[in-house]
Amino acid sequence: MSDVPILLEMRSITKEFPGVKALSDVNLVVRAGEIHAICGENGAGKSTLMKVLSGVYPYGSYDGQIVYQGSESKFSDIRASENAGIVIIHQELALIPGMSIAENIFLGNEPRKRGAIDWKAANRMALDLMARVGLQEDPDTLIKDIGVGKQQLVEIAKAFAKDVKLLILDEPTAALNEADSKHLLDLLRGFRSRGITSIMISHKLNEIEAIADQITILRDGRTVETLDVKADGVDEDRIVRGMVGRELSSRFPDHTPKIGDVFFEVRNWNVRHPISAERQVCKNESFVVRRGEIVGFAGLMGAGRTELAMSVFGRSYGVYESGTIIKDGKEIVLKSVADAIDNGLAYVSEDRKAIGLNLLDDIKSSTVAAKLSKISHRGVLSEVEEYQAAEAYRKELRTKAPTVDESVSKLSGGNQQKVVLAKWMFTDPDLLILDEPTRGIDVGAKYEIYGIIQRLADQGKGVIVISSELPELIGLCDRIYTVFEGAITGEIARADATPENLMKQMTSTKKMLTK
Amino acid sequence: MSRLKDLQKNLFGGTTSNARQFGMIFTLVAIVVLFQILTDGLTLRSDNLIALFQQNSYILILAIGMLMVIVAGHIDLSVGSVAAFAGILVAKSMAEWDLPWPVAILFGLAIGAIIGAWQGFWVAYIGVPAFIVTLAGMLLFRGGNQFIGNANTIPVPEGFREIGSGFLPEFGPNTGYNNATLLLGLAAAVAVVWREIQARKTRRAMDADPAPMWISILRMAIMVGVIAFASLRFASGRVGTSFPISGIILLVLVIAYSFYTRNTAGGRHIYAVGGNSRAAELSGVKLKRVNFFVMMNMSVLAALAGMIFVARSAASGPQDGNGWELDAIAAVFIGGAAVSGGIGTISGSIVGGLVMAVLNNGLQLMGVGTDRVQIIKGLVLLLAVAIDVYNKSQGRFSVIGSLMRPFRREDSAPPASPPDAEREPAKAAVSG
Repeated sequence: MSDVPILLEMRSITKEFPGVKALSDVNLVVRAGEIHAICGENGAGKSTLMKVLSGVYPYGSYDGQIVYQGSESKFSDIRASENAGIVIIHQELALIPGMSIAENIFLGNEPRKRGAIDWKAANRMALDLMARVGLQEDPDTLIKDIGVGKQQLVEIAKAFAKDVKLLILDEPTAALNEADSKHLLDLLRGFRSRGITSIMISHKLNEIEAIADQITILRDGRTVETLDVKADGVDEDRIVRGMVGRELSSRFPDHTPKIGDVFFEVRNWNVRHPISAERQVCKNESFVVRRGEIVGFAGLMGAGRTELAMSVFGRSYGVYESGTIIKDGKEIVLKSVADAIDNGLAYVSEDRKAIGLNLLDDIKSSTVAAKLSKISHRGVLSEVEEYQAAEAYRKELRTKAPTVDESVSKLSGGNQQKVVLAKWMFTDPDLLILDEPTRGIDVGAKYEIYGIIQRLADQGKGVIVISSELPELIGLCDRIYTVFEGAITGEIARADATPENLMKQMTSTKKMLTK
Repeated sequence: MSRLKDLQKNLFGGTTSNARQFGMIFTLVAIVVLFQILTDGLTLRSDNLIALFQQNSYILILAIGMLMVIVAGHIDLSVGSVAAFAGILVAKSMAEWDLPWPVAILFGLAIGAIIGAWQGFWVAYIGVPAFIVTLAGMLLFRGGNQFIGNANTIPVPEGFREIGSGFLPEFGPNTGYNNATLLLGLAAAVAVVWREIQARKTRRAMDADPAPMWISILRMAIMVGVIAFASLRFASGRVGTSFPISGIILLVLVIAYSFYTRNTAGGRHIYAVGGNSRAAELSGVKLKRVNFFVMMNMSVLAALAGMIFVARSAASGPQDGNGWELDAIAAVFIGGAAVSGGIGTISGSIVGGLVMAVLNNGLQLMGVGTDRVQIIKGLVLLLAVAIDVYNKSQGRFSVIGSLMRPFRREDSAPPASPPDAEREPAKAAVSG
């Protein structure tokens, strides 16, 4: 391969956000006409790297060099990179549902004749582009009337309308079924034979193994290695090792678990998608939690962990179909969030800004928001008790804020998360479900949050931790379930848990119930 | 400067929106003083003050309900029509079905509740945006009023008129003043002092230093002074006039709803829904119930406002309540509520409503025509909200803070960087 000319070289790219180094010294070499895969755990920096490349983060906001087609590129925005032939197709498709295929393909790029859009030419060109991606539809069909797979093809056709030289696909098959995925991969092979270069980000390692020529692995914002698939004889295990191979030491407080009996159990849980009813997001899932136990749920993004947690938490997601919840030996039916709270459940959401907190509130009213009855006397809220409760949690969790009158929007991510934890601890739960409890939080605050989680478990509560960071699950949890495509695919005790065997079960439908 | 900061921080209790309210009250006082001068003292004369309250009590009652609707993230365009619809039915019930007037009032409130349930149903349970539901309601109930009343006016009996044009009764020794009004003023003064003492107690229970004593005393002195002035004015009007009954109704509602929105779980839930409905739902708030309640409550208050208006004008007509929704909405936004929901107070909305009322009244006293009054009111609304939006985009909520900014910059040492100078007032506002 080494005699093929280099199309793109990213040299020691470093990108910092306030408090976080998202990329440090990342190198990427892409040769013309190859399919280059980028692998890494969630948060390894793949998307950030692609945003640097496509000008979402403009030149000057990062350090390092981008050499493209032999000269240094300084993209100021997406338009600049698109003009150079670099087109990125995001995981969430950027199509307008109420517009036709042709309208979407030429959006912002409309063929004109004397100022007006030339629809005749547009439709003709659209048909041509659609043929190139193997899409057989009327160009007047609305986007919302075609499936996700075909929408993906429209996105690619849109890229061709811009004369693409380097096509970047971010998780292109994540939302596709098997047949559509296969069609897409065949298409990429076809592009390769016509000399179009592709960069592909994917979690589906079997697809990468099947299609990629080169693989660059990122971990914690650094380049780990670049593998040549054929020359190095790369297989899935090899990729996994590169992705997770890091030392786990002293990032977690010392903890001796005091595990009691099973007190919470979910049996044969089935839930359907709230909008497309044919999609089943929870497929007959069953799990148990013991008192004092920290239970992990491992899975890739979109595996259905959040959906499982929220549907258990008072059916706050999806359409409940069947399944039972047993707590302390009795079946309980949780039809609303209020029911769930009354029965001692707490759910700390993965997105604290969007659905976890009211950012207009101050610390004290956020702290008591989920159980106002606890500070009410004959229907009247006690401001003094509210203050005392909030102040007690502020001290206990060491939330950094001048007073509890401070608005939560002014706090850092870690301190906001502590307020959310306080809010749910205030409800005196028996079972806490923590969804990505350390997302977007710096290392020091993570350590503190781990300590809080362990203390909660030691008080005899059950704790469920959903996390995309495998080292976090392995370091924190007593037992880990793996979830893949809405089904529980494995259960691994802490002693047996390694990133490799977790990753394997998180990426395969094979039921490998090891004990 | 620090005394002034103390003053700003403490003058109106201890919550975050105070700086904004301080600015509002400041504006209100300024407008009153301005018109007092421009109208050669007409503005604060007894008869004018009494008329001002009578003419605006129903708008202010609407503003209470509208505040809750807007805080929850909705809007209600139908209040004027609902008021007219309830008004005509109540008038008819007394004129043609001979309902005694107290029963007719209950009947009117029930009509409001039914209309509110209808609109609340569409908003909360079907999910139609409140803008659409109440736009439909606006047409529906305006038409309903004219259909039922045959586009005629229907007069209402003497007893019923009391709620709109009645006054506190005369009794006791002849003091030259209306004794009932004086007693009301006294009660209000006692309440102000009692509240201040309670507030200091609460602050101490929160291990926080209460405001400096001189501020507490100053605050009480100002409040008591204003109350004394107002009650003497209301008590010394023409014989037979005093503090209006509609003002009493308004006062009771303001106190009750302020308490509800600030000190009960139900009130908190309205703010939670408007602030972040998904987060509220995941905290156990029953979203639909809250939305249903605010819409229904609004229509009940609209029916009450309609009845007070009918009582004051002694008859119900086809054009009653035209444009009220806009006055109520303007009052709420001038009073500092956020268009996107989650922020706003009852007291702020009342002050906002009073700003508009005094402006209206003062301009009329000066002989300015309704055309120009409308132009000025429109500009005031735009300006008030623009200042608020601008302040938010600058990351601060304080009107006073922005007024003080130029001085502060001069205060700081020559090499001081502008960004720091700008951040200062923001901090002051937040800690307030």
